[in-house]
Amino acid sequence: MSSNRGFGFTRRAAVVALLASVALAGCGSKSAAPSADAAAAASAEGAVEKPVLKLGFIKLTDMAPLAIAKEKGFFAEEGLNVTLEPQANWKVLLDGVIGGQLDGAHMLAGQPIAATIGYGTKADLIAPLSLDLNGNAITVSNKVWSMVKPDLPTNADGKPKHPISASVLQPVVATFKKQGKPFNMGMVFPVSTHNYELRYWLAAGGLNPGFYTPGDVGGTVDADVQLSVTPPPQMPATLEAGTIEGYCVGEPWNQAAVQKKIGVPIITDDEIWHDNPEKVFGLRKDFAEKYPNTTKAMLRAIIKAQQWLDADGGKNRPEAVKILSQSNYVGADYDVIAASMTGKFTFEPGDTRPAPGFNIFFDKHAGYPYYSDAIWYMTQMRRWGQIPEDHDDQWYFDEAKAVYRPDLYLTAAKSLVEDGKIPADAVPETDGFRGEQGGFIDGITYDGKQPNAYLAKLKIGLKQGQRVTASGVTGN
Amino acid sequence: MATAFADIAPAETENTATEIANKPAETPSKASRPAPAPAGKLQEVVTKFGKGLIAPVLGIVAFLALWAALAPQVDTSLGALPGPVEVAEQGVALFDEWQASNEAKAEFYAAQDARIAAGTQAMAFDYAGPPTFLDQVFTSLETVALGFILATVVAVPIGLAAGLSPMFNAAINPLVQIMKPVSPLAWLPIVTMVISAMISSADPILPKAFVISALVVMLCSLWPTLINTAVGTASIDKDLLNVGRVLKLGWFAKLTKLVLPSSLPYIFTGMRLSLGVGWMVLIAAEMLAQNPGLGKFVWDEFQNGSSQSLARIMFAVIVIGLIGFLLDRIMMGVEKFASRNRIA
Repeated sequence: MSSNRGFGFTRRAAVVALLASVALAGCGSKSAAPSADAAAAASAEGAVEKPVLKLGFIKLTDMAPLAIAKEKGFFAEEGLNVTLEPQANWKVLLDGVIGGQLDGAHMLAGQPIAATIGYGTKADLIAPLSLDLNGNAITVSNKVWSMVKPDLPTNADGKPKHPISASVLQPVVATFKKQGKPFNMGMVFPVSTHNYELRYWLAAGGLNPGFYTPGDVGGTVDADVQLSVTPPPQMPATLEAGTIEGYCVGEPWNQAAVQKKIGVPIITDDEIWHDNPEKVFGLRKDFAEKYPNTTKAMLRAIIKAQQWLDADGGKNRPEAVKILSQSNYVGADYDVIAASMTGKFTFEPGDTRPAPGFNIFFDKHAGYPYYSDAIWYMTQMRRWGQIPEDHDDQWYFDEAKAVYRPDLYLTAAKSLVEDGKIPADAVPETDGFRGEQGGFIDGITYDGKQPNAYLAKLKIGLKQGQRVTASGVTGN
Repeated sequence: MATAFADIAPAETENTATEIANKPAETPSKASRPAPAPAGKLQEVVTKFGKGLIAPVLGIVAFLALWAALAPQVDTSLGALPGPVEVAEQGVALFDEWQASNEAKAEFYAAQDARIAAGTQAMAFDYAGPPTFLDQVFTSLETVALGFILATVVAVPIGLAAGLSPMFNAAINPLVQIMKPVSPLAWLPIVTMVISAMISSADPILPKAFVISALVVMLCSLWPTLINTAVGTASIDKDLLNVGRVLKLGWFAKLTKLVLPSSLPYIFTGMRLSLGVGWMVLIAAEMLAQNPGLGKFVWDEFQNGSSQSLARIMFAVIVIGLIGFLLDRIMMGVEKFASRNRIA
């Protein structure tokens, strides 16, 4: 029994000591498969095959379902012993999952999609569960805010009228151009929701955020606003340093800018696309095939955590904020995290507005991985040139079905319904498509069953037959 | 020292320079002459402990005072820069966290034992709580130990070969000179990809991130040992070699009886420098490889951006410095021991 070990490092220490004595023997150590696997495989059907798991996350409030599943004992209830490990940035996290150091992770919806279609690192990843809806915002620096604020139409109470269109940035961008300076904004990853939301908002306001040439990750061809990648926790510091004039990121990094008085959130993603799908829980396809019971157990624990987060009109949120503010999770101050997690959102000092839907984890079927959500992300990848060629609608459906796995979600969710843990109406009866969706800031509707027709409706963006080269967009 | 390594001479002299600088600090009684008669008691005390005790204490006090006075003037977006008191408070807080984690761990194991006894849990798990600061310190020490051992094991034989054979020396010299100044940050992506390709097991004996940081430490800390070994071996007394030739010593006997004894002090000096480099490189490697350790602790705290983060990072900086200092002292002891019968 190992209950009395001093620190958690004995196994590694023993190996290091061994290596010290055998010297180079450790080079290229290919370990034999540990016997634990065999023992687990021999046990009864339905049992968890791999109970010891390591999951990765980025320090953002929407990793909450994972932290709650661990801290409130939902993982333990399912017989899992889970370690949660913060990752430096999305690239490190993705490599960790692909390389097997991580068994699963809090991921950007675009990551498993891009990995599967081979944009960036090619790997077979799946998303059996969506972690939340909404949760991002776009923040601009104080300087830019002071340039746009005087011209904004106001409500009766004198506060700016929402939502604010990106068209208000047009004179600012023109001023920057006249001075010969680029107008830079930050987002967190080339295939992040934030990138597409920021681009959507800018394009809806008549500003071109730039196209991607095949193979490049810059995405600044023909750009009015130059976007660049910065890891979420570094956003406020980068804004403060003046490298960027604004950014799109998840919480708490918009509220951090408010708290530090270095920037002002100008719009939330809920206002850009009402109830948009956000992070997913991603893992390797072969992991889910090899360990179906473990996958189900993980999903059950996360769904329970999602329900806990949204239970009774958010009565558990303050406790969730307390857990997230621990330095091993999000680690930001309680007040900063609470500023967006507890049903309100602060735009600038004195302008706090109710935002009950800012983070939705369970309600509105937030956990179900809709094919149409995956297809929306793919339309945006095509719109901005990350998918360099046209594809027919069927291609979009096939790829979406390869990545988003409602079947796995339903196995876990239905077993929870049977156990009486979640209500039956929390699991949607659907073919995986949400139907025609409105709620976009520019009023354009989206139907996941017609991706190409949708692309044709978007004013700025690649059209059928167009390609991007370094000199610009070519084709009809 | 007629080897192609002539250009490493500065590193050697620099080392002897620090040696000289260290000497008086260690043996203050010898350095200070007994004061002439009229000196008062105070002056006697000053001369006796001046360099050894009073000056360092004054230096530290002055530094702390300056820090305490200037830190609040610097206003960052995380609040004012923490002074010594805040940093000490966070040190205590980190210790409390460690204790709390030990309690949680004990509770976890107790509850688990109960579950296993009751038959509701099939197998025992290790506690999966977040690593505390102390755990991170130990992980860092293990990483640097592995990297340092690997570096020594690789560097000493190559150094001996280079010292003994001018031909081999000429062959590897350009490579050594080019590889030596490469930063750990440049090695990291390459090492990461190679290790990821080589370790394919789902549950390797050593975690990948750990091996990656250890290898980066090795790649960067290899060179001082290699070069010093080569120089030490090459500068062996020619008379000794002639004696060996007269006695018709075999290859192995020549190595163990002549070459190793006379080059050992050089090798240990090189190892000491290597360990210093390794410890410096480690923090950077851990930050990027996301290997649990002090580097990751600093990075995670930076990412947290909470009001305590800066104080916690500063505390980590102090601990990193203290550990580096201790490691250096230990190696200095070993070095002295190795060269004890070679006083010039």
